[in-house]
Amino acid sequence: MSRHLLSAGDLDRAAAVEILDTAERLDRALAGREVKKLPPLRGRTVVNLFYEDSTRTRTSFELAAKRLSADVVNFSAKGSSVSKGESLKDTALTLQAMGADAVVVRHSYSGAAHRLTAWVHGSVINAGDGTHEHPTQALLDAFTMRRRLRGGEGDLAGLRVAIVGDVLHSRVARSNVLLLSTLGARVTLVAPPTLLPVGVEAWPAATSFDLDGVLATSDVVMMLRVQRERMSASLPEGARDLGNQFVPSAREYARRYGLDARRMAMLDGDAIVMHPGPMNRGMEIAAEVADDPKRSTIVEQVTNGVSVRMAVLYLLLGGAE
Amino acid sequence: MSTVLREVRPYGEHPTDVLIDGGVIAAIGSGLDGDEVLDGTGCVLLPGLVDLHTHLREPGREDAETVASGSAAAALGGYTAVFAMPNTDPAADTAGVVEQVWRLGRECGLVDVVPIGAVTVGRAGRHLAELGAMADSTARVRVFSDDGSCVADPALMRRALEYVRAFDGVIAQHAEEPRLTEGAQLNEGVVSARLGLTGWPAAAEEAIIARDALLAGHVGSRLHVCHVSTSGSVEIIRWAKSKGWHVTAEVTPHHLALTDDLAESYDPVFKVNPPLRTAADVEALRDALADGTIDCVATDHAPHAAEDKESEWGAALPGMLGLQTALSVVVETMVLAGRLDWRGVASRLSEAPARIGSLAEQGRPIAVGEPANLVLVDPAARWTVEPAALASKSRNTPFAGRTLPGRVRATFLRGRATTRDGAVLTGVVSTAR
Repeated sequence: MSRHLLSAGDLDRAAAVEILDTAERLDRALAGREVKKLPPLRGRTVVNLFYEDSTRTRTSFELAAKRLSADVVNFSAKGSSVSKGESLKDTALTLQAMGADAVVVRHSYSGAAHRLTAWVHGSVINAGDGTHEHPTQALLDAFTMRRRLRGGEGDLAGLRVAIVGDVLHSRVARSNVLLLSTLGARVTLVAPPTLLPVGVEAWPAATSFDLDGVLATSDVVMMLRVQRERMSASLPEGARDLGNQFVPSAREYARRYGLDARRMAMLDGDAIVMHPGPMNRGMEIAAEVADDPKRSTIVEQVTNGVSVRMAVLYLLLGGAE
Repeated sequence: MSTVLREVRPYGEHPTDVLIDGGVIAAIGSGLDGDEVLDGTGCVLLPGLVDLHTHLREPGREDAETVASGSAAAALGGYTAVFAMPNTDPAADTAGVVEQVWRLGRECGLVDVVPIGAVTVGRAGRHLAELGAMADSTARVRVFSDDGSCVADPALMRRALEYVRAFDGVIAQHAEEPRLTEGAQLNEGVVSARLGLTGWPAAAEEAIIARDALLAGHVGSRLHVCHVSTSGSVEIIRWAKSKGWHVTAEVTPHHLALTDDLAESYDPVFKVNPPLRTAADVEALRDALADGTIDCVATDHAPHAAEDKESEWGAALPGMLGLQTALSVVVETMVLAGRLDWRGVASRLSEAPARIGSLAEQGRPIAVGEPANLVLVDPAARWTVEPAALASKSRNTPFAGRTLPGRVRATFLRGRATTRDGAVLTGVVSTAR
């Protein structure tokens, strides 16, 4: 594995499978232990550099690093020098001077993780950059699919995955398309045309505007979070700033692209329903779908996220030595 | 003092001697003598280059560029005149500011600095600036632009086009429909989709060019289109010209040479507005420059301080240096590629921009009695672009580390050498204009 994890596209099949296998191994090593800690990253420092609020991703990385005995520093944009206007470069140089072995970065600008590699010597792990990528989310999603539908080993050859929702603004979708296709899955993106990027035709994925037409032939349905500010009906009457309107209203979106009980009933035998969280219940996913004990993997995904991030930290920081 | 350029090739044609004396070309022929002799064997002699689109950043951002540093970069790049865009702080929207820029240029004396006036007050796109006052000022402004912003309001654009007819002015439009480019970062297409950068659609440029061409045709005014970047824009301009309307256009060296996939590094040195486009657009732009649909090359030289570029892509300011690399990029993409001969280079980099900008003493033929605004180029020499070695105060060249063909041997402004073999010559300042 290379020094950084910036894009799911950085991983070939062998590297991706190695991460998933390592996550399974670490998971088993911890299972049943009273003290949930392994020693390989003792004395190493992992910095969580978060420019966006993201309690779940930050906590997941923090737990992963701590379970491998690394020292963890949380550097959040709020209440630090970052909020006083310090540049990304200066923050990076500061972290470098403090001897960070790995920087886990979440940022609102696409490419921020790439830029960081120019200024720090340690490993950079992209924990979500703007509307670009979120590679560890894709890894935990692939891990979850592999456990549920492929016996926890090998790749995802032939698996039919539908990714549904705001693909245009989704870093989760971009990373999943790249990783899942590398692992042999067949991805279909389902969205209203306004929420698919111009240029999507070059992605290794099919596209559809019709959710009902895709459900019966999907092994996995992954729902993406849709933000209310993308809906024109959420704008105040006579707003001066017209904003960017992609969908007429939340109600219409839910009707055309939401996963409710009726649509869930169209799914095939073992098909699963995923969501990266946080969910808008009643918008892209109905409560009874999110809580369905057989199909929903949403809570499992959170658990698997810690294992996959342990594997990434372990492999990047040379824990094998 | 007189100077003989020995064995030079005007327009890349037959070798001859050229005698410069009294600020003009005094003689052309073989065996000429003068006080000083410059052996120009193998070198191409062209009229001094004219840049219709330069950002000199003064007043306001003197940390990024000044009239003096930008003039030095221009002279080293072979230019004898540059048009300074008005997006300064304060904006050049009054006779006072344009006269200040004009005077700074004169005091430096390396190139003729010709101010462009803002079309609207503060470049805010709401009220016409006092265009007539700028035209009547010492700076004699003839080109007006809100560059950096589009004159988006169609009624205001129409009035601006009409109004400047009174003094044969031209509106140079930054064609960008603002509602279609909110938050835009990169050409909208395959690369922007992959990189998760908000797309800047070609249609946002083409829609404004089409609208403005129709307006210019309707009221009989002169329209100049800044930094054309798409193949669709080329088609619209070709159509507008076929109607006989007074529409001219420029292309930047970077749009002739570079494509949007360079953004994959997320290095904002490749961030520019309009953005780098696709290889198909580059091809169309080269064809259009060759056949004259695009009249000229203009640099859009846009210096930025390091902190405005050493950042996230989305936070960085758009723009690239261009004055010292423009000629070499044209040699590489057009001359060596067989699409333009040296007569063509003289047309696109000197004669056409001087004509569009109403500069009577620039872009003149290489002939006896003409003002000695000249550049001598060694077409065989290659050089490697080192950002720190450039005369600009900024370092944001997208060509860093590239080896390019064509070196400027010397530049002459009204007979006085302003540069020689890469060095700026500060001597007696030439003030006539």
